[in-house]
Amino acid sequence: MNNGSLNNREQERRLFMRRMSAAFVILAVLVLLLITRLAFLQLVDNARHEAQSERNRLEVLPIPPIRGLIYDRNGELLAHNLPTYTLSVVVERTPDLNALFDSLSGMIELNDEHIRRFYQRLSALRRPFEPIPLKLRLDEEEIAVLAANRVFLEGIHVEAELIRQYPYADAFSHALGYVGRINEAELRDLDRGLYAGTRFIGKQGIERQYEQALLGKPGFQRVETNARGRILRVIEKQAPQPGADLHLFLDRRMQEKAMELLGDQRGAIIAIDTETGGILSLVSRPGFDPNLYVSGFPTSLFNEMRDSEDKPFLNRAVRGLYPPASTLKPIMGLGAINDGTITWTDRILDPGWFQLPNDDNIFYNWRRSGHGLVNMIAAVAESSDVYFYELGYKMTVDRIHDIYNQFGFGKITTADVFNSAAGINPSREWKRERHGFSWYAGDTINLSIGQGYMLVTPMQVAIATTVMANKGKWVTPRLLKDSSDPSLLENMSPPLPDVQLRDEADWDRMHRAMVEVVHGAKGTARGIGFDAPYRIAGKTGTAQVIRIQRDAEGVPIGDVPDHFNDHAWFMGFAPAEDPKIAVTVLVENGGGGARVAAPIARELMDYFLLRRDI
Amino acid sequence: MNLSEYVRHLPDGNLTRQTSFWHRLHIDPYLLLALVVLACGGMVVLYSAAGGDMVSVYRQGIRFGIGFVVMVFVAQFDPRWYQMWGGTVYILGVMLLVLVLFFGTGAKGAQRWLDIPGLIRFQPSEIMKIAMPVMLAWYLSRYGVPPKYRHLFLSIFLLAIPVALVAQQPDLGTALLIAASGIFVVFLAGLSWKLIFTGIFLALSMFPVLWLFVLREYQKQRILTLFDPTSDPLGAGWNIIQSMTAIGSGGFNGKGYMLGTQSQLDFLPESHTDFIIAVLGEEFGFVGAMALIALYAFIIIRGMIIAIRGRDNFCRLLAGSLTLTFFIYVFVNIGMVSGILPVVGVPLPLVSYGGTSIVTLLAGFGMLMSISTHHRA
Repeated sequence: MNNGSLNNREQERRLFMRRMSAAFVILAVLVLLLITRLAFLQLVDNARHEAQSERNRLEVLPIPPIRGLIYDRNGELLAHNLPTYTLSVVVERTPDLNALFDSLSGMIELNDEHIRRFYQRLSALRRPFEPIPLKLRLDEEEIAVLAANRVFLEGIHVEAELIRQYPYADAFSHALGYVGRINEAELRDLDRGLYAGTRFIGKQGIERQYEQALLGKPGFQRVETNARGRILRVIEKQAPQPGADLHLFLDRRMQEKAMELLGDQRGAIIAIDTETGGILSLVSRPGFDPNLYVSGFPTSLFNEMRDSEDKPFLNRAVRGLYPPASTLKPIMGLGAINDGTITWTDRILDPGWFQLPNDDNIFYNWRRSGHGLVNMIAAVAESSDVYFYELGYKMTVDRIHDIYNQFGFGKITTADVFNSAAGINPSREWKRERHGFSWYAGDTINLSIGQGYMLVTPMQVAIATTVMANKGKWVTPRLLKDSSDPSLLENMSPPLPDVQLRDEADWDRMHRAMVEVVHGAKGTARGIGFDAPYRIAGKTGTAQVIRIQRDAEGVPIGDVPDHFNDHAWFMGFAPAEDPKIAVTVLVENGGGGARVAAPIARELMDYFLLRRDI
Repeated sequence: MNLSEYVRHLPDGNLTRQTSFWHRLHIDPYLLLALVVLACGGMVVLYSAAGGDMVSVYRQGIRFGIGFVVMVFVAQFDPRWYQMWGGTVYILGVMLLVLVLFFGTGAKGAQRWLDIPGLIRFQPSEIMKIAMPVMLAWYLSRYGVPPKYRHLFLSIFLLAIPVALVAQQPDLGTALLIAASGIFVVFLAGLSWKLIFTGIFLALSMFPVLWLFVLREYQKQRILTLFDPTSDPLGAGWNIIQSMTAIGSGGFNGKGYMLGTQSQLDFLPESHTDFIIAVLGEEFGFVGAMALIALYAFIIIRGMIIAIRGRDNFCRLLAGSLTLTFFIYVFVNIGMVSGILPVVGVPLPLVSYGGTSIVTLLAGFGMLMSISTHHRA
């Protein structure tokens, strides 16, 4: 009994021993497995993990450059960078998001849209402890409230960022353009190294034209960060290279004056410094507030503006295409004199209408009674259409095209005006290519008074006025006057070849004809000339939009819908004897050029010339 | 020769005579030394893992103080006492687990704590870590080994109830440890190999069912992450990528004490609790990790010797199960942190920061000491 019990115990003991041995073997294998794993991580794969750990710890952060500033000719700031403050939330440090939003909405204005966008950003890929923006552009009061209550708001983060600011809003919207957030298409094309840390890019105007120079070069810093992305130590730093500052020919006060002169009308005003080709004023009305592009256009407002019949986004000064009408008569006249089609003394009878041989079609003068027998000076001063019908008929399209070409029509001659339109300076080849028909004599008659196929931008007319004022000498029309980056000026495109006349005195004679327009007894723009303290050389134009019924003085009869009304033109320079400024005014559907456009030009000239005389 | 004297003298007669002082105190000096070294070394690493925060180390020290007092206290009882009270504690434990089911509190969707306000707040599952092996060792040793089928079935039933209750809290790590402690008793009691392999096969074939109906989304994600941590580098994979990077970047000698960039710059999550081995691996390198494993191996081998020398089946089974379960802690924790096992909440025993598991573990070592120092009268 005792012995059996012993055997039994011994058996149990042995069984346990065997089991423990088996367990020991399994344990030994598993421990070996752990050791192998650790050896693999720490000895075999050590280099890779060490590199990864360094990558974790060290981060190269781009330091975005500060965008170059834009000044007007007098050193007034037109575009600068303002710090704005963004409220972000670190979700990992926030115990209760909804409670945080509740307490925040008690302090600052916070709506559902903010919260919706926040969750949208939250769901995107991010690293832990990365601050997620909740509200952009905090105002000063909000910054103060948040700073005061920071300790009660776990997880919030207020960050400063530089944002482009345009202090003069819509006066410069078309000239300067604007920056906006980099979109996906732009992101594909641009050099990501240059744009590291930058979220805005020039989209239009000067901002786009000089984007490269304004941007500058980003710097970087190599920093040690913790897992929350907090910078603990800066190891290496290379400062960014700020963007070049631009000084433009634009004059802030003239720009605002031009804006004011246009009033509620649609149109464009351009003023050019005749000596340098510098653009003093480039206005297109209506404009828009470019700051909205920077901060993000509210969708409803954007749609409303985009669909508006006033087309506020159209830069009429350089993109708007209009028939030049009578404004180009001095240029065409010079061409006719120069190629011997006519002399200064030749007179043509203007009975009020014109007819081509073998054609029933009658071309009327704007004044139905006509101007009688007129020479070149009178034809320009009184703007006789019939005189120029006759002239055009004799010159043919080829020579008209040639003289307009020399004055820069049908092509882009500005050096740095972004996205300019070339317009149309028609020719036989052009018509065949564009319309598939050969050129008709009737087309030439229309062209003679700047109607028909010819389309120009106000900028082109202003440039042609400058060339006229300079007696054929071309200067490169441009916006940039000076820059902290001199290479920008060196790379400016050279001017076109000067317009050469056989007799240099013809310039003075045509100038006299243009002075007659303003100061002559019968001049179309005599209304602005009689009290001018200096002499103006100019030319009016009234461009037909469609054929409508008119009275004997060419004024439309009855109620005409606004957008069928004529476009009013005026081009001119002053002082006539020693030109300083060339001005072109276009008022869309404004009516007669003499009545509507010329007074605006006069006021702008007064503003420029008299202000300096004082 | 007297039989009982023969049995007593065979394995550790020499030791008994030489260390009669320790024997009277019912303390195993080797085990005590190893545990104290582990506790002190652990606190040194903890100081670094907590970013030089003395408060954590101080609190951990208090826990060890309580733990060692509990250990010495438990060791004073003859194993017979455990045999006597095992069943009662087990039933009490199951009842508390049921209470947790209805009145438990906790965070992050898990309901693990029982909170009697103003009095005490604890995890009943911790009781089960001790009660389970005691209960099964008592039950299986009562009827002799190897166990018969009906005893086996009842054992599995006794095992399944608390495991299921803990698993649904959910606390997969603790459920795993309780299950392991029970399974080890059955294994050591002499469950036939045929049944063991059948069991393993059944468990593997149950896996799809487990995957479809039992495992929660975050648990599945953890398993998936194991195979490809980079699939979710900022979410579930973050922990494992960072811990592997920490250990791997330590190299042979480590980056130096308090100089581990992964842990000091907070890339390593849970660096002072479950992932503390990564701090050790990064700062003390392969050498440090091996030293820790050697220390654990010493404790486990000492536990196995105590188990083999156990005076009867109950003592052997209990000591064996406690020792092997301790190994499971070590294996699962190091395995998960080094990226060969899914992430389950198992601390690195006696090193990770945290209260209850230290006290429970040291109470278990108290039982081992009791078994090693109480001989049949």
